[in-house]
Amino acid sequence: MSTALQNLVNQPYKHGFVTDIEADVAPKGLSEDTIRLISAKKNEPEWLLELRLKAYQHWLTMKEPQWPNVKYPKIDFQAISYYSAPKPKKTLASMDEVDPELLRTFEKLGVPMNERAKLAGVAVDVIFDSVSVATTYKAKLAEVGIIFCSISEAVREHPELVRQYLGSVVPVGDNYYAALNSAVFTDGSFCFIPKGVKCPMDLSTYFRINTENSGQFERTLIIAEAGASVSYLEGCTAPQFDTNQLHAAVVELVALDNADIKYSTVQNWYAGDANGLGGIYNFVTKRGLCKGVNSRISWTQVETGSAITWKYPSCILRGDNSVGEFYSVALTNHYQQADTGTKMVHLGKNTRSTIVSKGISAGHSNNSYRGLVRIAPTAAGARNYSQCDSMLIGEQCGANTFPYIQVGNPSAKVEHEASTSKIGEDQLFYFAQRGVGAEEAVSMIINGFCKDVFQQLPMEFAVEATKLLGLKLEGSVG
Amino acid sequence: MIYQDSKTLLAVRGLHATVNGIEILKGMDLTVKSGEVHAIMGPNGSGKSTFAKVLAGHPAYVVSGGAVEFEGRNLLDLAPEARARAGVFLGFQYPIEIPGVANSQFLRLAYNTVQAQRGKDELDPLEFDDYVRERMKLLEMNPDFLDRSVNEGFSGGEKKRNEILQMALLDPRIAILDETDSGLDIDALRIVAGGVNQLANKDNAIVLVTHYQRLLDYIVPDYVHVMESGRIVKTGGKDLALELEARGYDWVGAELKANARVRT
Repeated sequence: MSTALQNLVNQPYKHGFVTDIEADVAPKGLSEDTIRLISAKKNEPEWLLELRLKAYQHWLTMKEPQWPNVKYPKIDFQAISYYSAPKPKKTLASMDEVDPELLRTFEKLGVPMNERAKLAGVAVDVIFDSVSVATTYKAKLAEVGIIFCSISEAVREHPELVRQYLGSVVPVGDNYYAALNSAVFTDGSFCFIPKGVKCPMDLSTYFRINTENSGQFERTLIIAEAGASVSYLEGCTAPQFDTNQLHAAVVELVALDNADIKYSTVQNWYAGDANGLGGIYNFVTKRGLCKGVNSRISWTQVETGSAITWKYPSCILRGDNSVGEFYSVALTNHYQQADTGTKMVHLGKNTRSTIVSKGISAGHSNNSYRGLVRIAPTAAGARNYSQCDSMLIGEQCGANTFPYIQVGNPSAKVEHEASTSKIGEDQLFYFAQRGVGAEEAVSMIINGFCKDVFQQLPMEFAVEATKLLGLKLEGSVG
Repeated sequence: MIYQDSKTLLAVRGLHATVNGIEILKGMDLTVKSGEVHAIMGPNGSGKSTFAKVLAGHPAYVVSGGAVEFEGRNLLDLAPEARARAGVFLGFQYPIEIPGVANSQFLRLAYNTVQAQRGKDELDPLEFDDYVRERMKLLEMNPDFLDRSVNEGFSGGEKKRNEILQMALLDPRIAILDETDSGLDIDALRIVAGGVNQLANKDNAIVLVTHYQRLLDYIVPDYVHVMESGRIVKTGGKDLALELEARGYDWVGAELKANARVRT
């Protein structure tokens, strides 16, 4: 690899600072007592504690998945703290009461938390370590009947909705990390769009892990009733620690008849240093249920962070004519490992799904696409189109594609395309010969490669994603 | 064309260069003045394309001796992109494909980078679109070139036209055109050569690297150089190209050896 390329892929992480804020941290270790402690701290109803304990019992019988194409030492689940909250923990009446140190943290990260500033016109729910610290624009959203708050608050204020839908898409025993999350989740976002309402602004959650040796287990639940629509954005960062931190989230989406949910993620958890020390283990279960006819769920993700990513945002297309979409850019550098993709499960008639996956590998990283397209016998006329492209930067990285296709109905139509390309010295020389330096050249090539995905992102996120890929790959050249 | 008041643009003195540890250029000398058209000919493996790439600063080639001055500056000190911005243009023998990057985007980035270097105004996408469409007429190019990915799926002829279009946009001081005629049918050759002729003026210079005389029927050189074993062994006027076409390259080498014997 040329020096220019090497410099390019060695840009330092910009969100690696730690906020000096006092936290209420639970003792390390996992047991029924830990779960009771979390539940008690959150003043939860009995049914939720039971759900947690059931998940925990299930988890105890399960084994860590071995099938992903990633390698890491065995996780000691007793060495993790399962609850960490910034102190003092009290209910905030407005943004003015938020700890100024916290506000400064999010300002540094570029997250608009100040309601009066109305920067991007985006409502934001901010999760710091395990706790939701602030949700903006709540009142305005409530005028049209939209509920947007932390899931803890939803448990208190709207228990019937939470009880009806929590675990309905991702059951408590769904998989190892989903079971763990169901047992110990601490906070997350809740969003409910009532019948016929088009959410007037993008909703956004910003996740930040601050405390060393703490896990983050957030739970997000989004429900769009018949004819409702919402665009939801999620961003994540974490400080730099030499140890690995576990992030095991669960996101559930439910779309009823004619509802439309668009979920966009820009994930920039700390990825570890250039030698692979530290970084987040990002083991996440995201699943959407297109429950009603003509419903649509669209996942767009830009995955640039984490030491290890294990994540398959999926769609269960139960309603007839429902639509599932997955647009993904996954970038790995240094010693990062990603095994990511999607599942499109076609149950209803004439259901359609589109998968566009772009993997970029640099350094010594390993980037795998893993995807399942399953057409059930009931899914007459189902269609899927998948496109999986990989790009390699340098000589030491790897890219893999593992597509699984199961077709149980003869009238289905499934297409899969894949390609692998490489940013080579000759391409960079071609740019250079036209006066363009390596940094700009790589950025233009990468953006061209990711164009189909970036087009799916809301405007301000697309700008952020473009910049982020730049930061991850560009640096001082020459 | 040779002008009385021309300035020296490029002065190559005793240039040696290696690739993968093998010496390809072995004492190359060449002086190019403004307004001139030079043709470098020679058999396969004589070092013509290497010379072109070394001037442009290709990272795979290591200069192991000699000097290159461009408008009085040490060219070898400059990074490849700085050479391009200073006005050194290489027309690639095999233009590189860049999937996913629209030609229009690429051309505008290159154009604006070079304009900025010259202290001139950059063009926004709409202004650039007008400008590039005008320049494309020079090469009888279809506007749909702009929307396609850079060189991806282009025919050989389309790639070469795209190279000359870039030359037209970047307005270099010296254009080194490496085998621009290869892969062109006779109509494309006429169009490409016509474009180059229109771009040639008294302030710039053109160095054609070619195997065949036929390009020189369209772009008439002031000097023809014959390369062999990494250096220029014979220089003449445009008639030399005709002689090479008729007699091949062997006699040049034979003559050289004979002369060498006479001297010793």
